[in-house]
Amino acid sequence: MTREYPDTVAGPYNPPPSEFEDREGRDIKVRRYDEGIEPLVEMYQAFKPEDRAQGIPPTKEPQIRNWLEQLLDDDCVNVVACHDGSPVGHAILVPDGEDASELAIFVLREYQGAGIGTELIEHLLGAGRTEGIDRVWLTVERWNTPAVALYRKVGFVSTENGNFELEMAARLTADGEAS
Amino acid sequence: MKTLLGIGGSDDSLYALEVAIDRAKEAGDDLTIAIVENPETSLTQAEIRDRATEALSDVDFDAEVTTLSGHPGSQLVELAERGSFDRIVLGGGETSPLGKVQLGEISEFVILNAQTTVTLIR
Repeated sequence: MTREYPDTVAGPYNPPPSEFEDREGRDIKVRRYDEGIEPLVEMYQAFKPEDRAQGIPPTKEPQIRNWLEQLLDDDCVNVVACHDGSPVGHAILVPDGEDASELAIFVLREYQGAGIGTELIEHLLGAGRTEGIDRVWLTVERWNTPAVALYRKVGFVSTENGNFELEMAARLTADGEAS
Repeated sequence: MKTLLGIGGSDDSLYALEVAIDRAKEAGDDLTIAIVENPETSLTQAEIRDRATEALSDVDFDAEVTTLSGHPGSQLVELAERGSFDRIVLGGGETSPLGKVQLGEISEFVILNAQTTVTLIR
C-alpha cells in the first residue's frame, strides 16, 4: 500500500542525550540504548497489561525477550528515558524494508502524563535523522487520544490508510537529503 | 457446525487456511473455503484456490472451495447469510515490523457487518 508522507519536514529534533525534570519533579535522562537486554526486560515485566497496544509488548518473559532481541538489532534505533538509572520509557525505530521505519513508544504507567513521552519521541526522531532515516510511520488505536495527540504534536499526520488503527507518518528529511 | 473460511492470499489468511482445515477435520465441521479478491496480495485467486485444494488433500479432508468476486467483505457476509453459516473464520491480522498486529480492511468489514460469530485465527 502506498503511504502518503507530509511534504513538510517535521522537527527540529535534537539527538540524545538529554536530561530534564519531568512534571512530577523527577530527574529523567534520555539517551541512546546500547546495553544488554536485561534492563528493558525488567521494564517490560513491570508494564501494565492495560497499556499494551495491538499485541505489544508481549506479557510473558520469554516472549518479551524474543521481541526485544529483534528490536535491539543493529538496524534499529533504541532510545530510553531513565529515572534513577533504570529505563521507565522506551522508544524504537524499526526499518520496514521499504526505506522507512516504524515507530513505537512505551512509558511505564507511573511515568505517564509527565512530559516524558514527548521528550522521548523527539529525541528518538533526532537520533533517527542522525542515522539517515528519511520517513517514519506508526499505527495507533483510534480511541487512544493521548497517544494520537502526542504524535500530532511532534509532527505526525494521518495517512488515511488505517482501518481499526489510525496510520500516521512524518518526514524527517526533504527527499534525498539523508546522509 | 457450518463454517465459512474467507481467505484472500495474505500470509495470515494462508495460515488460517491450515489451522481452519485442521480444526474442521477434528470437529467434523462442514467447511466452505471462499477465495476473496484482496488487492493487497500478489497471489491470483486461481493460485490461492490451488493452495486450498492442496491443503485439503494434504490432510485428506473435503471442503467446498468457492471463488467470490467483487467487494470481499460484503461478499463473505452475504454468503454467510445466504448459506446459513454458523461462523465466519478469517486470518488474525498481519504483523508489522515492530510486532504490532494490524487487522485489514476485509476483517474490519466482516467483524462490523456479519450477523454470525466471527473467529480470527492467531
